[in-house]
Amino acid sequence: MASGVARRLGHSAAPVSVLSHSAAYAAGDCAKGRVLLVDGIHDLGGMQGLGAVDHSPAEPAFPERWQAVARALMAIVAGVVEASGGEFRHSIERMDPGHYLTSGYYEHWLTAAASLAVEHGLVTHSDLEGRAGGRFPLSGPVLAPPVVDAGPGVDEPRFGVGDRVRVREWHPPGHTRCPRYVRGKAGVVVRVDGTHSVPDVEAHGAARRYEPTYSVRFDAAGLWRDGQRGVSVHVDLWDSYLERS
Amino acid sequence: MSPDGHRPAAMSPVERRVAALEALLTERGLVPEGFIEEVTRRYESEIGPMNGAKVAARAWVDPQYKERLLADGTAAIAELGFGGPEGDHMVVVENTPAVHNVIVCTLCSCYPWPTLGLPPAWYKDPPYRARMVREPRALLAEMGCRLPDDVEIRVRDSSAEVRYLVLPERPPGTEGMTETELAGLVTRDSMIGVARL
Repeated sequence: MASGVARRLGHSAAPVSVLSHSAAYAAGDCAKGRVLLVDGIHDLGGMQGLGAVDHSPAEPAFPERWQAVARALMAIVAGVVEASGGEFRHSIERMDPGHYLTSGYYEHWLTAAASLAVEHGLVTHSDLEGRAGGRFPLSGPVLAPPVVDAGPGVDEPRFGVGDRVRVREWHPPGHTRCPRYVRGKAGVVVRVDGTHSVPDVEAHGAARRYEPTYSVRFDAAGLWRDGQRGVSVHVDLWDSYLERS
Repeated sequence: MSPDGHRPAAMSPVERRVAALEALLTERGLVPEGFIEEVTRRYESEIGPMNGAKVAARAWVDPQYKERLLADGTAAIAELGFGGPEGDHMVVVENTPAVHNVIVCTLCSCYPWPTLGLPPAWYKDPPYRARMVREPRALLAEMGCRLPDDVEIRVRDSSAEVRYLVLPERPPGTEGMTETELAGLVTRDSMIGVARL
C-alpha cells in the first residue's frame, strides 16, 4: 500500500517518503505494567447526556479557511508518514478526552496531523508551540504494543447471511473498529462484504491481516433494554470480532 | 490584516496552531505549491450532495438502474461518473413507506464523499453519533423527521469499509418531472436519512 490515508483522502499527489514507523511505536515499548488505553472517548454510540443535535440543513464545505488548511495538512502528513487508515484514526482517538469533546472535527484533524508529524520526526513539539506562540496540545502516546505478527488472515467468510453471531466481549488495547455498544451482544448477519485489512492490526505496525467483514443486525431493544420497537441497528464488523452465537 | 489594513487581525488559538504547522511543513518542503487551494476548491465545487441527487433521480426514473443500484451501489454510481475515496464500497439502501434507513458513524465520521461531499458538522459531533443508535425515532423527530410508529427504522453504523447512501422515496405529485428537475428535489438530509421528501 503506497499510502492508505493519502489515497483515501484523495490526494495521491501528496509527497511520500520512507520515514520509519519506529518512532511512533517507541511509546508502545514502554507500556508494560501500565494501564493500556482502551475504549477511547471517540466510541460514542449510546452515550447519554450530550445534548441536542445542532442540525443545519446546509452549510459550506469549510465554514472557516483554517479548517480547509487543517484538512490539507493532514493529507500531507499522512502521505509523508505513510499512515494507514487505522493509524490515522487512532491518532485522533488518542486525543485527551476533554479536548476531544470540546473541539470540532477539524481541530481533531489538526491535532492528529501535528501528533503524527511529531511522532514521525517531521517537526518537534517545541517548534510547534514556539510558532503558535502558546500551547499546542497533541494526542497522547500510543500505549498498545506494536503488532509484529499479524497472524493468519481469513479468506473465506466463517458466517453466512442469516447466521446468528455474538460480538466478542473484549476491550482490546489500542485501535479497533468494534464499537463498545455491541460487545457481548447477539445479532444476525445480513450481508457479507469483501475482505479488508483489520484496523486493529494496521494501526499498530507494518503488519497486515485481511478478513471478511459482515453487516450484523442488532435489535435495538436488545442493545438498550428499553423496550423500543421496530428499530434495528446494523453494524459492520470484522470476522475476528465475532463468534458463533 | 484587519479590514483597516493597519493591525494584524486577531487569530484564534486554533488558527495560530494551523498556521504554525503549515509554516513548519512548508519550510521542510512538504507542502506542494497550490495544494491547499486545490483541496479546498475540489470540496467546495466538485464534490457534494448534487452528485448523490443525480443518482437518486436516475433511480426514480429508470427501474433497471435502480435494480443495479441496489444490487451493486459502487458500480451503478460509477456509471454516473462518481467514485473515489470513501466511495469504493457503496451500499445503497432504499427508504419505503414501511422501512426508513438512516446512516451514522459512531466511531468517527465515515460518510460517502463522492456522492454526498464532506459530512456536515452535526454529523461529526458527539450528540448525533451517540444518540442515533440509541433513540433514533426520538432523534429523527427532534430533527423534524416524524415517522409513524409502524415504520421500521434501520440505523446503519458505518463502522467498517462500506459507505451507505439512502435512496429516498420519490415524492408524490412528481410524475411529470424530468430527471434533472427531480434531482433538484433531493436533499442531502434525505440521502443521510434524517429527512423525508
